[in-house]
Amino acid sequence: MSDALLAETIRITGHNGDEIEAYSARALDESPRGGVVVIHHLPGYDPQTKEIARNFAYHGYNAVVPNLYWREAPGASPDDAAATARANGGVPDERLVGDVAGAMAYLKGLSNSNGKVATIGYCSGGRQSFLAAVSLDLDAAVDCYGAFVVGEVPEGMPLKVGPIVDKTPNLSCPLLGLFGEEDAYPSPAQVTELEEALQAAGKTYEFHSYPNAGHAFFSVNRPSYRVEAANDGWEKIFTFYAKYLSA
Amino acid sequence: MCTYITEKIAIEGSAKGASGWIKVTDGSVYLDHPVHAPFGHTLNIDFLAPELGPSGRVAVELHQDSARALVKAIQAVLDAAPADLE
Repeated sequence: MSDALLAETIRITGHNGDEIEAYSARALDESPRGGVVVIHHLPGYDPQTKEIARNFAYHGYNAVVPNLYWREAPGASPDDAAATARANGGVPDERLVGDVAGAMAYLKGLSNSNGKVATIGYCSGGRQSFLAAVSLDLDAAVDCYGAFVVGEVPEGMPLKVGPIVDKTPNLSCPLLGLFGEEDAYPSPAQVTELEEALQAAGKTYEFHSYPNAGHAFFSVNRPSYRVEAANDGWEKIFTFYAKYLSA
Repeated sequence: MCTYITEKIAIEGSAKGASGWIKVTDGSVYLDHPVHAPFGHTLNIDFLAPELGPSGRVAVELHQDSARALVKAIQAVLDAAPADLE
């Protein structure tokens, strides 16, 4: 069994048939395995998110990061692209779902796919991971501190999204939620509200909220990084995927 | 969190970025995650030349205290300048 992996920039077919850029990190060994769509955070399709994809490949999964800002800023540096997308109010929900569907199709089309695909997303991507899981037929989903799954966007914020907790009955797969107790968006109360919605809908889920951690505790290049929460979170993620992405 | 709090303004002037000086026509002022500054949230200013695409941008990310100090400094300099300067 080989541990070789290949990481490269590719093109996939996203929402509305649009060709968009994506970053693929996949295992070259031909034994069947699951795939992970990595949904980048607001700061964009950056080197740190690509490193997360490579980490999944290192652990035996095929991973792909769609560049959600490709349409606004093809070829731009990640920070310039994020500034442009941000000024536009973020990524429209419908387009996000289409782009994740395209990433899923790419992963399922790989010769060593076992047919199972999960999502994971961070920050704005956490909400988008949940959005994908209530919109598409997934095998597992991870929401890392996604804001506005629950709760209205405060007035004056040009973010063009709304709460989607009402879509919980449509959740297609088990959900792992990883949160910081010191986070304000989502707040512990909002995490509880989402948990209550999952219970009411009879969904399979697993939530962990870490003390001494706030928003973005997985971000290794930011002061919000919390090593204990991040290390435990990674263990939870791999245990969860081992359970739900195996053949 | 991703605040998306943004004020957009029209501006006239120039800014120097990675490719040299550019004429800027738009500004975005927002409080959100920085790309580079070592803080959770910063006051960010983008000086923009939209006709150059997303890379037509000169960006700064400031600690909120620094941003407030900058506002005072700008106001003080403008107030001290003779009114008839073009």
